[in-house]
Amino acid sequence: MIRLLDKWSIDPPLVFAITGLTLFGIAMIYSAGVVQFPNDVTSGAWIRQSGWFALALVSFSVLSRVPLRWVEWVSVPAYVVSIVLLAATLVIGSGRGTAAGVKSWIDLGFISFQPAEIAKLSTILVLARLLSQRDSGLVSLRDMLPAAALVSLPLGLVMLQPDLGTAMAFVGILFAVLYWAATPVVLLLLVASPVVGLFVSYDTVIWSGYILAVIGFLYLYRYRLFLFESVAVVLANFATATISRPLWNSLAAYQQNRILVYLDPEVDPRGAGYQVIQSKVAVGSGGFGGQGFTLGGQKRLDFLPEQHTDFIFGVIGEELGFVGTTLAILAFAYVLVRLVRMAENSSDPFAGLVLLGIFGAWLVHVFVNVGMTIGLVPITGIPLPFVSYGGTFLFMSWVAVAIAVRVAHER
Amino acid sequence: MNIHHPHARQRRARGAYLIVVLFMGTLIFAFFRIQVLGSSAWELRAVSNRIRTLPIPAPRGTIFDRNGEILADNVPGYSVTILPGPVDSVRATLSRMARYMELSDERIEQVIRTLQQYGREVVVDSDADFEVVSALEERRADFPGVYVEMRPRRRYLLGEAAGHVMGYVGEITAEELNSEAFPEYEYEAGMIVGKVGIERQYESRLQGSRGVRYLEFDARGRIVGDFEGVEMNPGAPGEDLYLNLDFALQQWVHDIFPDSMSGAVVALDPADGGVLALYSAPGYDPNLFVGGIDTDTWNTLNADERKPLFDRSVLGLYAPASTWKLATAGIALDLGVVTPDEVMPEPCNGSFRWGNRIWRDWDPRQQGFNNLTQAIGSSCDVYFYQLGLRIGLANLLRRATEIGFSRRTGIDLPQESQGIFPDEPAWYQTAFGYWPTEGEALNLAIGQGPNSQTPLKMAQFYVALARDGSAPAPVIARGVPVAEGWQLDLAEEHIEALREGLRRVTAPGGTAHFSTALEYWEVLGKTGTGQNPLSVRGLAEDHAWFAGMAGPPGEPPEIVVVAIVEYGGSGSRVAAPLVAKTADFYLRRKYGMEIDTIQTYQEFVRQGPVPAWYRKRFPEAGGGDR
Repeated sequence: MIRLLDKWSIDPPLVFAITGLTLFGIAMIYSAGVVQFPNDVTSGAWIRQSGWFALALVSFSVLSRVPLRWVEWVSVPAYVVSIVLLAATLVIGSGRGTAAGVKSWIDLGFISFQPAEIAKLSTILVLARLLSQRDSGLVSLRDMLPAAALVSLPLGLVMLQPDLGTAMAFVGILFAVLYWAATPVVLLLLVASPVVGLFVSYDTVIWSGYILAVIGFLYLYRYRLFLFESVAVVLANFATATISRPLWNSLAAYQQNRILVYLDPEVDPRGAGYQVIQSKVAVGSGGFGGQGFTLGGQKRLDFLPEQHTDFIFGVIGEELGFVGTTLAILAFAYVLVRLVRMAENSSDPFAGLVLLGIFGAWLVHVFVNVGMTIGLVPITGIPLPFVSYGGTFLFMSWVAVAIAVRVAHER
Repeated sequence: MNIHHPHARQRRARGAYLIVVLFMGTLIFAFFRIQVLGSSAWELRAVSNRIRTLPIPAPRGTIFDRNGEILADNVPGYSVTILPGPVDSVRATLSRMARYMELSDERIEQVIRTLQQYGREVVVDSDADFEVVSALEERRADFPGVYVEMRPRRRYLLGEAAGHVMGYVGEITAEELNSEAFPEYEYEAGMIVGKVGIERQYESRLQGSRGVRYLEFDARGRIVGDFEGVEMNPGAPGEDLYLNLDFALQQWVHDIFPDSMSGAVVALDPADGGVLALYSAPGYDPNLFVGGIDTDTWNTLNADERKPLFDRSVLGLYAPASTWKLATAGIALDLGVVTPDEVMPEPCNGSFRWGNRIWRDWDPRQQGFNNLTQAIGSSCDVYFYQLGLRIGLANLLRRATEIGFSRRTGIDLPQESQGIFPDEPAWYQTAFGYWPTEGEALNLAIGQGPNSQTPLKMAQFYVALARDGSAPAPVIARGVPVAEGWQLDLAEEHIEALREGLRRVTAPGGTAHFSTALEYWEVLGKTGTGQNPLSVRGLAEDHAWFAGMAGPPGEPPEIVVVAIVEYGGSGSRVAAPLVAKTADFYLRRKYGMEIDTIQTYQEFVRQGPVPAWYRKRFPEAGGGDR
């Protein structure tokens, strides 16, 4: 029996860890529905999630048997289709729940889904396909351009929705895949530097120190960089520093508010800061051991926002305490480490890149989602893989698992 | 080197592990800070998030009459309260509530303003009907932040019969909150407080201290229930209050007072100054004010020409007219300018010549020489003109002021008018711009001139006559500090002479005999016919006064009653029977006798033949009819 399960799962450590996370998620979704004044949507969510889980297992069983080359072959058409879908979303998309103004869903009547979920997977595949053809690492900015372009397209479309959280996932994918394609870390940092510069430019002194550090870095690595690359990095830094002020002013008041609230939620405790504060109250009042499964007060009385979807980790924090949050974070850490281990063990370049792409996406999802429940990261509507309620998201995450085990174990 | 060589992969994998450790380690560290190091602060915040303290109104103290009968108590009622929240959602909630209860747009805005001003719960309706309450409770989810609770509702059992003296309660106003009378540490917006009358006077005693309950709310303001973590504090009910007032007597006075007339009746116990009845007509029902009076009723009360909201018994100022002659007589006796048996040189013949004018008597038909008691009995103006001259203006002003005719009685009510009486000749200079002649003494001696008194003040004066010349301050409640009384220095035989004069008024042949003669009790008193701005011009009758006292024959009086009927004409006709009937009712009850609505001789003979008791009590009268 155990052998049978092992065989079915192909990669027992990863698949069973994720199965455990999914079941844990269903339990927490159940708990999230246990409230003082129940409503049909949240109280039945765990049943629907269980149904989607069953469906996901079936698709996993099938997809994990698809030959690697099929996957490789399907990557380009899948990428094209997902770009088309993303573009279509901007026209016919609809919002959901608190993010009603965000056009990220396509509703087909019998089912609705987020094209961005498909786009993430297909982008990983197409990136992997592109970079797997190289034998040597990427050594210049110019080398990175094709990969960056492939990611920029879906990323830009997602930004237009606007869905900042998913956009960050694309950034995570790009950096993880580039890293696995042996791009020097220095180069990756230099690419990221103008964006970092954008944020530190609010203070001239800090920014001056920062730009000096960047230039010093460039000098140290001058033999590994083309001159034009160094110049481009410096110019890009100056450019972002220059536009930071006008950019800030061009933001709508609510957008500025979001950033200010991230820095200090108490500036607007009843408005933009409400979610973070209530979530922090829930997590904080959980204490070391938690208030007990289904017994969270903040959750029960509806203070915790979006408690069965984006803020499910708040329920975990409140009911299971520091013990629960740590175990959950360690479980995700284990899954992430396992992905890297699989990549490390795989001699196939395509497989390794796909695994790292999935790694990058999930790392961002976990860090941003878990971090926002305690105000470590600004709030963006991004779910926690396998745990947050959401049928198509769970399904697509399991498709990613299927692809991961398939590519890793192709012999 | 091939980037896909196992060693290269291994090196990159190590970097990736490091990334996982860094990111996940950051998360775990951050959770450690919040959940382990900072959890107590967040726990507190979680509790304050959902627990709100709400006041439990203390039941107001019950008010009893002198016999232990309830004058004011509390019946179960419901109040509807709303908690502060975003203005738009509060407004929406209130508009939804307006479907099930009476809630005007102005009231909605007023509630919202109060919510914003104080940032705490506001009572929307302190006296909600049961149907409203059940309608709201059924749809509780539609009314976030709204809660319904039991709240004692004030009830006044005497209704209109005692509206003025009892007063009423209502929600505290912003002005009251800012005043010193309602200290900040005891009073908050939304509380029900005494507004006027006894309710206001003994507010702090009746109020009690409100309790606190802890309610659990969800994020949308829906009530979950009582929070079990903290014991609620039920508060303490207000102290009960016992009054000298007599429930049945007050009701009786209300019943016998002519419906179409305005005026006041004051009944005092001469033994201790206790107020037995304090009535002002027309009255109002204080129950109308409980839970907020509706605008129409308020406007009607306010616009009524008969001024039902005006308490004539303690605020109304009237020329005391002939009832004041007793003060003139008392002062003269005290100063020794006359003896009780002395006959004045000028006889009562309808007019008196002094200075360059003729001073008329109210009754031009009067004949003969009078001594003091005779003059009181027939209310002879000419006698009192001469008495006034003997006292002299300055003396009259000084002594009357000393007695206290320009002071308040000090009754335990929030409002009382001060009597008006000149304290010295210079008063005229200030008030009217001229220096008075001795002639002013003539006017004042018969109770005219710049002399205005409240019915209560005159009652206190007659209490002094019913006693030894001293008069305790009238007091409504028992067991409370009492204001300083009066001390009228009069020898016992002088008091007796004054009472003899009063007895002549009600004795056979006296002006008020027929309307005051009672089967069991001796009534003494003085009529008064007070001029008023309308009667002076012949547009209305004079105000009718009767100030009297009664008790078992031959014994000291046990009740003092003063009645004034505005535009009632002669005191003996309308005011005297009110006094006699009030005294009769009180004394019969006091001595455990049956009550009859046919009480005075006048009432008997209107019904039939001269009653047997009358011939027995007044054999000298011979049973004459009127």
